[in-house]
This record gives sequence, C-alpha cells and structure tokens, in this order.
Amino acid sequence: MTSLLTAEGLCKSFGKTNALDGAGISIREGEVVAIMGPSGSGKSTLLHCLAGILPPDSGTVTYRGRDLTAMNDGDRSELRRTEFGFVFQFGQLVPELTCLENVALPLRLSGVKRRDAERAAKEWMARLEVDAVADQRPGETSGGQGQRVAVARALVTSPKVVFADEPTGALDSLNGERVMHLLTTAARETGAAVVLVTHEPRVAAYSDREVVVRDGRSRDVEFVR
Amino acid sequence: MSIGHALLGLLEGGPRHGYDLKRAYDERFGHDRPLHYGQVYSTLSRLLKNGLVSEAGVEAGDGPERKRYAITDAGVTDVERWLGTPEKPEPYLQNTLYAKVVLALLSGRSATEVLDAQRSAHLTAMRELTRRKTDGDLADQLICDFALFHLEADLRWLELTAARLDKLAEEVAR
Repeated sequence: MTSLLTAEGLCKSFGKTNALDGAGISIREGEVVAIMGPSGSGKSTLLHCLAGILPPDSGTVTYRGRDLTAMNDGDRSELRRTEFGFVFQFGQLVPELTCLENVALPLRLSGVKRRDAERAAKEWMARLEVDAVADQRPGETSGGQGQRVAVARALVTSPKVVFADEPTGALDSLNGERVMHLLTTAARETGAAVVLVTHEPRVAAYSDREVVVRDGRSRDVEFVR
Repeated sequence: MSIGHALLGLLEGGPRHGYDLKRAYDERFGHDRPLHYGQVYSTLSRLLKNGLVSEAGVEAGDGPERKRYAITDAGVTDVERWLGTPEKPEPYLQNTLYAKVVLALLSGRSATEVLDAQRSAHLTAMRELTRRKTDGDLADQLICDFALFHLEADLRWLELTAARLDKLAEEVAR
C-alpha cells in the first residue's frame, strides 16, 4: 500500500512545554490508524500537525509528495478543504445553519451550487442515518445525531484522509460505537484513510493498527493489514 | 501465573535458599496467596531437573542446613522468553502482568516493552472481537461486548502502569 501522508522528525513546543519531540508517522491509502497515548502525550498535536492545522517548529509533513510545511496558508487551506475531512470531539457544527446546510457547507465553500451540494449532503446524511434531522439545527439534535452529522460533513467532499480527534469522547458507549461503525464503514467503502486520536481501547479496536505517542514521540506498535 | 518463572526472575538478583525465595515471592506477589513451602521446593526441584537453576552451596546456620540455588544461563534465557511473550489476552491477568513488570524492572529490562507487547496482543484480540460483533447478531454483539469491556479494563491498567513505571521502579529498587 502506498504511503499517503508522512511526518518525520516533528517537534512542536508551546512555551516551555515540548508537545512533540521528534514524532514520525506514515499513513497509507485507505487504512484506519489509531493514535493512542496518555493525556498530554502529544497525540492531538501530532494530528493537528499532520492535518496542516498547526505548523511544526521543525520536521516535515508530506502529503502525496507535497510538503505541507513549505506551503503558504492559502494552499494549505485549499488542501484541507478538498483532500481532508475533520471530526472533532464536539461536532463543531455551525449552530445557525440546519444540519443539511452544515453537511453541504464544505461543498458550498468549494464553489459547488447549492442544489448539487444539498443533494450530495442528503445522500451522506442517509448513509449516516441522520436524514431525519436534515432540517433541524444542531442544537435540536442529540449528541449522537450531531456527531453523525459531523461525520457526514467530513465525508461529503470525498476526502482522501479523515482526521478524527476523540470523535466519541462526548458520547455514551452505544452512540460512540454507532459513530465508529458508520465512520469506518463509510471510509473503507470510499477508500479514505482515517487518522483517529483516541484514548479509548474499544474505539481504537475499529482501526487497522495503532501508533502510540509517549512524551511527544510516536511509535508504531503493529501492522494488521 | 507461572511460579517457576517468578522464582527464576527473583534468582536473577543472586543465589538464594528456598525459604528466602518464598519470603521474597510473598512480599512482592503473594499478598493474597502466599506460597506453600511444598510449592517452593517442588518448583525448585523441577527447575533443577530442567537445568534452569543449579545448586550453589549450602548455607550453614543454627537450624537445618539450607541449600542455595542460582539461576543458570538457560534459566536467564527462559525468563527472557517469558517476559518477551505477551500473555494470551483474557480477563484478570493482572497478577501475571504485574509480576512481569516488577521482574523486568528488577532485572534492568524494559518494562515498557513488556507493557507494549501486551497492549498490542490485547488490541489485536479486541479488533477480532469488534469485527465479529460488526458481522454478528445481537447475541454475538452482547457476548463480544462482555469480552471487550474486560479486555479494555486490562488495557486501562496497562496504560496506568506505564504512566507509573518511574515510581514503581523506585519502589522495587528499595
């Protein structure tokens, strides 16, 4: 399997705290990788650097041969919008928009016409079993529904990589498992890779392999596929 | 838990006689279930027969003579293999895992590697259960969930122990 996204020698400090201290990781096309480690180990910082949200102090992040750390902000934003999808612990949906408008938003931002964007959004909402809340605002849905809306929004642009940072952290076990099942099933069907940050072993069990981050350094533990 | 391996691990610190070994074992691992003398001597004679320990003289004292035992090179290899092999992931492994971590620290081996190998074996088992659950009916889901929650408890313990290794290393060195 080809490497899609690679990070090497990442260092990142916040003040006097070294969040990353030479971390590296390689993500292949279509695989689901769990980044695990104790609180404060640097796993979320690693995800943010991989996704081009945070610039590392040193080290490189390469996506399909392009060095993210050398790109200007505009190119990096464009890459995030077209190639990457994001799911965070608290959906981070826009409260003023309906759920359907939220899911359609990434396509609208890329210049897709409203009708086409909403048609694609409806398909993804049905797939994530949240079509019933299409006309409701995020505040009117349950936590599990809101998170599945967020997953639909992450997948609507057919990204190559979905970054999920503790996507089930605010959900009960049953809703968390439903989100993970739907997210990983949809990603496997579309061929998207998933980079999943979690401290929950049952969530990590949906991955193909895990990478452990400890004291800002990452370590591949196993390859299953 | 393999008493033989635990005794071998304790012998890596230097030769001991049977009573001394029982005391060291009980102090570290036998709070709930101290060893019987019979167990210690039958285990030592098995280890002797298999060439994993050798007799290292007799300690004279007021009471009866005490035979001392030393670990052999084959014994060290055997401990090394035991520490490096993750346990079959099943619930309630804490006693064995705890003993492995303590013995790794006592012998200057990497306890982190013991924990990582075990975490990997546990997660592999959890992945298989998750796949079975995904493809199965409700009964399968409930049966797999039971196993998953218990394995998760083990994993949480592994994480917590990994976070406390420095402190544990200080304590076992005392």
